[in-house]
Amino acid sequence: MKSNKVKKIALYGMLVALAFTFSYFESLIPFDFGIPGVKLGLANLVVVVALYIVSPAQAFSVAIIRILLASITFGNVYSLAYSLCGGILSFAVMLLARKTKLSVIGVSMLGGICHNIGQIAVAAIVMSTVRIVYYLPVLLVAGLVTGLLIGIVSKLIIDRLIKINKDA
Amino acid sequence: MKKADFILIGIVAVIVIILLIALYATGGNSGNRVQIEVDSQVVETLPLDTDAEKIIKTEKGETNTIIIKDGKVSILQADCPDKICVHHRAISRTGESIICLPHKLVVSVTNDKNTENEIDAVA
Repeated sequence: MKSNKVKKIALYGMLVALAFTFSYFESLIPFDFGIPGVKLGLANLVVVVALYIVSPAQAFSVAIIRILLASITFGNVYSLAYSLCGGILSFAVMLLARKTKLSVIGVSMLGGICHNIGQIAVAAIVMSTVRIVYYLPVLLVAGLVTGLLIGIVSKLIIDRLIKINKDA
Repeated sequence: MKKADFILIGIVAVIVIILLIALYATGGNSGNRVQIEVDSQVVETLPLDTDAEKIIKTEKGETNTIIIKDGKVSILQADCPDKICVHHRAISRTGESIICLPHKLVVSVTNDKNTENEIDAVA
């Protein structure tokens, strides 16, 4: 029993570290589309996979801790607010979406979209301007596309992890 | 990918198209005024067709340099931490905007028709 708990702690720590590293890696790449908020969201790869291999509460912890760590380390107060809002919204939606007929890819796409919507919501409140809604079309599409890519990779990983777990 | 995934893509595509129509079909394509807002207050309105360079300073002393050239407006320089506004591509159509979140600055392109309805901050 005890070794099982240690195993789990190690797993969660690894997931957080992985997500954190993805965030850092992404911050190094100048993703310059000329439009703010368009990110690859590589760290979400870990969150989506976590959603399918550990409990929801643990996956949520991984997501939140990663956001806090990443924002404090190489972000600023603003990136913390956006990431937190986008991350929580996308997690909540993905958690519910798991129960629907969507595949991992669909869940990830929905998560990507909601992540962007969450971020734009924060921006709209901070700026108290409705004009920011002009960014919605771009962000929706960006969320869909990045979610698709992340989802495809997530599915590959999850399928293999489940297989390894069964054989172990 | 399952069928539900494609349905999701379809729904989002429809929403995006509706949004695009709703946002851009009103007011036409090319605007002719540049409106600069700081903290939701219009601080400056400039014509889009006149080349100009303007430094906007917020109360806290933060600066953004807005440049209008060849019928397009962009932010040349800013002392905000992320410089997203500086990297944003130049805009020229009504409804488009460049936003500097840390400075609460919004540079947008409007039509004369629209600005008439908005309250001028400066007489």
